[in-house]
Amino acid sequence: MIPIVELREVSKSFGRKAALERFSFSIDPARPGITAVVGESGSGKTTLARLLLGLIEPTAGTVVYNNRDLRSLKAAERRGFRRDVQAIFQDPYEVYNPFYRVDHVLTTPVRRFRLARTKAAGRLLIEEALHGVGLRPEEILGRYPHQLSGGQRQRIMVARALLLRPRLIVADEPVSMVDASLRATILGSLQKLREELGISILYITHDLATAYQVADTILVLYRAAVAEAGDVELVVKDPRHPYTKLLIGSIPQVSTTRDWSAEETPALADAPPGGCTFADRCPVALKRCVTAIPPLYRVDARRAAACFRLDGAPAMTDAELASLLAHN
Amino acid sequence: MSGTVLRVEELRVAYDHPRGAVRAVDEVSFSLRPRERFGLAGESGSGKSTMALAILRMIKPPGRIEGGEVWLEDLPLSGLSAEAMRRLRLAGIAMVPQGSMNSLNPVTRIRRQIEDALTDHASRLDKAATAARIRSLLGQVGLSADVADKYPHELSGGMKQRACIAIAISLRPKVIIADEPTSALDVVVQRQVMETLGRVQRELGAAVILIGHDMGLMAQFVDRLGIMYAGRLVEVAPIRDIVTAPRHPYTRLLIDSLPSLERKGTLRGIPGLAPLLRALPSGCAFHPRCPMAVERCRAEKPAVRAIEPDTSVACHLA
Repeated sequence: MIPIVELREVSKSFGRKAALERFSFSIDPARPGITAVVGESGSGKTTLARLLLGLIEPTAGTVVYNNRDLRSLKAAERRGFRRDVQAIFQDPYEVYNPFYRVDHVLTTPVRRFRLARTKAAGRLLIEEALHGVGLRPEEILGRYPHQLSGGQRQRIMVARALLLRPRLIVADEPVSMVDASLRATILGSLQKLREELGISILYITHDLATAYQVADTILVLYRAAVAEAGDVELVVKDPRHPYTKLLIGSIPQVSTTRDWSAEETPALADAPPGGCTFADRCPVALKRCVTAIPPLYRVDARRAAACFRLDGAPAMTDAELASLLAHN
Repeated sequence: MSGTVLRVEELRVAYDHPRGAVRAVDEVSFSLRPRERFGLAGESGSGKSTMALAILRMIKPPGRIEGGEVWLEDLPLSGLSAEAMRRLRLAGIAMVPQGSMNSLNPVTRIRRQIEDALTDHASRLDKAATAARIRSLLGQVGLSADVADKYPHELSGGMKQRACIAIAISLRPKVIIADEPTSALDVVVQRQVMETLGRVQRELGAAVILIGHDMGLMAQFVDRLGIMYAGRLVEVAPIRDIVTAPRHPYTRLLIDSLPSLERKGTLRGIPGLAPLLRALPSGCAFHPRCPMAVERCRAEKPAVRAIEPDTSVACHLA
């Protein structure tokens, strides 16, 4: 099957600073899944989202939709792309125009993409979509954004994405601004979209714990490159890259044992060029880590990590990484 | 009063509204021992930040402190003049504000911002002594001396938050209030900043109030935790007891809503929405969302009961 969207050896830099380095990835419609992309700020995760959404162009490599370079799409194809690939952003406050009722973000796509023949049919579609994310239309429609809670507003964005029956949703930090108590509800509605409608989801977050809860596969980015990728159970329960280990060890857990600050946390600095980008913080760095860039090693059937400590395992090609992330 | 550095007594804060005043902090009482780390947790809108501002007498209209008292050691703060209160902020009680990104002045170098704190509070230091003090403050929070000559935009989020901590400790306060100091940082940097906060607090011998909603962070950092719901402190207990056996059903749900790294499929929210303060439910404000609510909870507002010296709860069933 033709992938919905594909990144082929894509790099993106801003000035001299690399935001994403030679990355290949594809979303296979035959196996709709939830892929989490985690990493700290500056790791390249938002760049990845913006490339997939066609909001920025790659410096090298190609972004492909339906087997066509995104840059050369005709108007009709571009419309198809705009419908197939939907975005949910971090801030459920900024995406609304405060002067319009919230209905506006729902009626616009219905009109634009001619989803309904009559007003009544359009209204029905909108009500269905709202029900789909656990909202009661009578409590939502006709209101202004400031009259709704952050959680309600974010769920309306999920409903809006749902309305278009996309094949891929790119959700960039969709719950980082809502309370812990509401996160579960919003992430639950994303999971439902995958299960019931077969929509693939790219869940971009800095929160490894929610990533573990909702995703099938995970991609850990560090300073523009893949540190570790594969099956979420494997990566979280038995991390093999020192950065993934640091990330997991940094999550404060609700427990009576205080092991959180036991480890010495390495200092931050700019990564020296020509080596592993994590070498300057790495507690187990080798001599070669500062002089050579580690390839992705296939540690086991469903996971890869870029660390010289894993030398001996077979190195992986770009295409193999793409298929590792697609198979779940 | 010996044994407590800060005592909050039946503090009430209201926001005036054309349709009647809304109470954002409702008769909250607690006290801090010297060097204690006290947490305040709850959902957004539960009154955590309002309470921090009320302790510092920084509530702005239409909000106002309706009643109650805050004591810093033996000193009741409500009686202080505005000028005396201004001097007490930072020197007695300092705040590390939410979102360090926005609390530093973007057009002033870090040096000036620390200097302002030092000189405004009339500590008479000459130039060389001030420079030395700034160097030592930056060192204390793990920043190099050259950070003094930088503007906030040249610093990372974690560095900005450390600079805010340096300003907060510049006058050696007895109490540091940290309002979600790490909510905008990623986990690795969060841990580093919290380590720094913990270390300077120990060195200074100050008490800390940590405000936030991450129960994991609370479990790893504080000694005692207070849970706020709809403006009330509904449970206070040593953190170990809260983690192992929370007494209030809301506390239990807050803990359970933290995603686990152990078992998949355990992501749970708290049903319903936080209530609107201007339309609080009858009886216990939590009853519409409470899985254990009984008839009495709908009719009667539960009082805060002391169970042990360090432990109190406001629930009919606890």
